[in-house]
Order: sequence, then C-alpha cells, then structure tokens
Amino acid sequence: MGIVEYFIYFYGLLVNSGPIFTQATILTLRLTATALLLGIVIGLFFAMLKISKNRVFNCIADAYITIIRGTPLIVQIFWIYFGLAPILDIPAFWAASLALAVHNGAYIAEIFRGGIQSINRGQMEAALSLGMTYLLAMRRIILPQAFKRCIPPLGNQFIIGLKDSSLAAFVTMPELFMIAMRRANRWPGDALEYYTIAGLYYLALVVVFTFLVKKLESRLDVDK
Amino acid sequence: MIEVRRLNKSFGDLQVLKDVDLKVEKGEVVCLIGASGSGKSTLLRCINFLEQGQSGEIWIEGRLVEGKKDNLAKIRQEVGMVFQLFNLFPHKTVLGNVIEAPVMVKKVPVKQATEEAVTLLEKVGLADKAGSYPSQLSGGQKQRVAIARALAMHPKVMLFDEPTSALDPELVGEVLTVIKQLAREGMTMIVVTHEMAFAREVAEWVVYMDEGRIVEISKPAQMFDEPREARTREFLSRVLQKTDQNSETRSA
Ligand SMILES: Nc1ncnc2c1ncn2[C@@H]1O[C@H](COP(=O)(O)OP(=O)(O)OP(=O)(O)O)[C@@H](O)[C@H]1O
Ligand SMILES: [Mg+2]
Repeated sequence: MGIVEYFIYFYGLLVNSGPIFTQATILTLRLTATALLLGIVIGLFFAMLKISKNRVFNCIADAYITIIRGTPLIVQIFWIYFGLAPILDIPAFWAASLALAVHNGAYIAEIFRGGIQSINRGQMEAALSLGMTYLLAMRRIILPQAFKRCIPPLGNQFIIGLKDSSLAAFVTMPELFMIAMRRANRWPGDALEYYTIAGLYYLALVVVFTFLVKKLESRLDVDK
Repeated sequence: MIEVRRLNKSFGDLQVLKDVDLKVEKGEVVCLIGASGSGKSTLLRCINFLEQGQSGEIWIEGRLVEGKKDNLAKIRQEVGMVFQLFNLFPHKTVLGNVIEAPVMVKKVPVKQATEEAVTLLEKVGLADKAGSYPSQLSGGQKQRVAIARALAMHPKVMLFDEPTSALDPELVGEVLTVIKQLAREGMTMIVVTHEMAFAREVAEWVVYMDEGRIVEISKPAQMFDEPREARTREFLSRVLQKTDQNSETRSA
C-alpha cells in the first residue's frame, strides 16, 4: 500500500468511525465539564480553607491536597467507582466525574490560592475599611481579580483534566479512549489507526480550547 | 468622638505602639507626624481595627469597641480610610469604586448611589472620569477617587495615611485641596502626613510620635514654632531642612 492509498484508507476509517467518535466526544466533554465545574467549586472551597487563619481549616486543606496529589488518579477513580459507588449507589458517570472533580479540585485549589495571595493585601484592607465583611470583600473584590489571574493556569488544568478523563474508560465510560480501545480490540490490524484517531480528537479539542482561553484572557484584559 | 486609651501593639518582639493615648473631638483635624517606623500607620490601622492591639481601648462615639465581639464591619462603615497607595479596585470603574460599598453594604439602590457618587466625584473634581478605570488615572486623580469612595459611606471620621507621599510633587496640591475642603466642612479627620505646611494650616492639633510613643501634642503654631519637647525640635529641624533642600533642588 502506497502512502496515498494508506491515507485514503485512514481517511475511510476516520469517516466511518466519525459518528461513534462524535458521540464519544460528547461524553468526554460532559465528563470533563462536570468534573471541572465541580472541581472549581471544590477547589475554591479548599483554597478558602487554605488561606483562612484557622489552623484546623488549614490542616484539612493540606491533608486533602497532599492525599490527592500523592496518589495516582486511576487509584482515585477505582476507589470511588469500586469502593464508594456501590455503597452509595452512584451511577458510573457520576462516579467517574466525581473522581475527576476531586482530583482536579486539589490542583485548582492551589491555583486559586496562588491567585488570591497574589492580590495586594491593600485590596482586602480597602474593602474592609469600607465596611465590607470578609466574605463580601472576597466575593466582590478579591476573587474577581484573582480569578482573572487564574485563567492561564486554569486553562492549563482544564487541558490536563480533559486528557485525564480518558481514564474513565476503565470504569465503563464509552468516551473517546474507550471507543478507540474497543475498536482496536475488535480489529487489531487497525489499532494504530484507531488510537491515532482518538489522539486527533483530543488534540482538536485541546487546540480549540486553548484558542478559547486565549480569547477569554484578552477580553478580560480591558481594565488592566 | 474617637479616643484611644493606653494602646499597646507589638508585632512579635517588636513593640510598635507604647501606651498611646489620643483623643479627637468631633470636627477636629489632627495631624500625625513622626519619623518613618514610629508607628503612625499602625496607630491609624488600630483605630480602624485593621490591626488589633494587645492591650488598650478604642472608643468610637462614646462606645468602647471590642475587636473580637463587636461587628467590626458595622463600625468601619463610620470610619473612612484613605491609603498611601490608594488601593482602588482595579477591576471597577471610578464610578464602580465609589458605589461599591453603598450598594453592597448599605443596600442603597444603584440609581441613588450613582447620583450621590456623581456629586462626590464633582466635589473632588473628577466627574468626567466616572467611566475610567483606575489604571487610566494619575496618582492625584486616584487618590481623589479614593477619598470620594470613602466619603460615599458617609463616615463620621476620616483617617488618612500619608495620602500624598506616593504622589509626584506637582500632584500633591490637588489632593491636599480636597482634604482642606473637607476640613472646612467640619469633617473629623486624623491625617498622617509629612506635609508640614499643610498640617500647620488645617490641624487643630499636631501629634508628634517617636518610637511608638506620643511625644507631644500641640497646637500647630506651638508645634512648629516653639515645640515643647527637645525631641520634637530635633525631628522638625531635620524634616524642615530636608524640605528646604528639596525645594532648592526642585527650583534649581
Ligand atoms: N505587619 C507588620 N509586621 C511586622 N512589623 C510591622 C508590621 N507593620 C508594621 N511593622 C513595623 O512596625 C513599625 C511601625 O510601622 P508603621 O508602619 O506604623 O510606621 P510609620 O510611622 O507609619 O512609618 P512610615 O512613615 O514609614 O509609614 C515599623 O518598625 C514596622 O517595620
Ligand atoms: Mg506609615
């Protein structure tokens, strides 16, 4: 088979598997979006614990971040899917999303903490001196500024989260990587092609996403 | 109006305020002077509970404020503060900065808060900058916005921590003019400043601090012309000499 024929053959596989990979892409995006939205909530919560002056809160945040960063994601996914999900009767999608959320939450917490601490102390003091409570000042003054600075590292974390969602294949989620694996098992001669196709889908998602983050960044830059 | 009694404040081993007593009556302007590191900012910050002393009492309007128990946010609404480095909110417009606290804290309707803000901005001469962001303003303009922002809460007292020290010399005047205007309107104020001419002009009392203690409290004429304490005299001759040198180099 010459290079042109090979390319045509590959193109055929790409087109034929298009519908099923598109479906899988939707699942990948749903998993990623759910995980990251939850992850942002979790991350924000632990970031607040981490910067609080309360020692107990600090310890809780530290423990969470240490445990999550110190263990493999696949262990966390299996722990929730095989350990927690049967007891609490959590469906596979939510077990996978939750595991990814808890995982990403630890990294997002550190991103938020860094962002919040990068805001000049004078901002909080000015807000407090106007009679705002700590939480109001956080919400109205500190977080909007911190969040903006967090966009580049958050975007980075989202890309990692998107790619990490492939591990959900191991808990029965028919997302991109799972589909590639199934096809490669059924047609071992095309394994290379199917894994390449899955890779291309991820790559396309990442490129589009990176572009969107850049856009968002420059749009939010108006007041700086 | 405001009374500080036997206030002590340390950072670790460093005692920054030592048995400070200070009384400011309604409508008075008190200027706080002293060398760098003498504790002027810390004193202001304690009055606003941005710092808390280890011992001592702060009375505001005849009420003893206890940092742990009282609703500090409520008390700070009565005490406006203007910072050396302005601390404007960079993500909000000038108008946004001024209406933020009235709207979010006092729940003033946006429309009413905006009208009031415009009046305040006119007062500080910045009505045309309402839509600008802080990064688009000069230092003097920023500080005038910061003053308007504090005034929007209708505080009973204003605290100024070196409001003109971060400004280019030619911008100092516009900010001092606004503060003088407030003084004429009878606003109670404590102003930390290195501008001796300004202190002489507006202050009821001038307070000289050194190494965490209040060394002398005098009327401006006495403070600047015949200070009672040797330490005050020494400090003043040092600063005034420096000011002379500066104006010489400037005019040269
Ligand atoms: N948060 C802090 N932690 C530790 N030390 C501090 C802190 N804030 C102030 N200090 C120290 O307390 C002393 C008094 O500081 P303060 O800022 O009150 O002086 P100041 O009179 O306002 O000086 P300046 O004219 O330079 O503003 C200084 O020695 C300073 O280093
Ligand atoms: Mg100071």
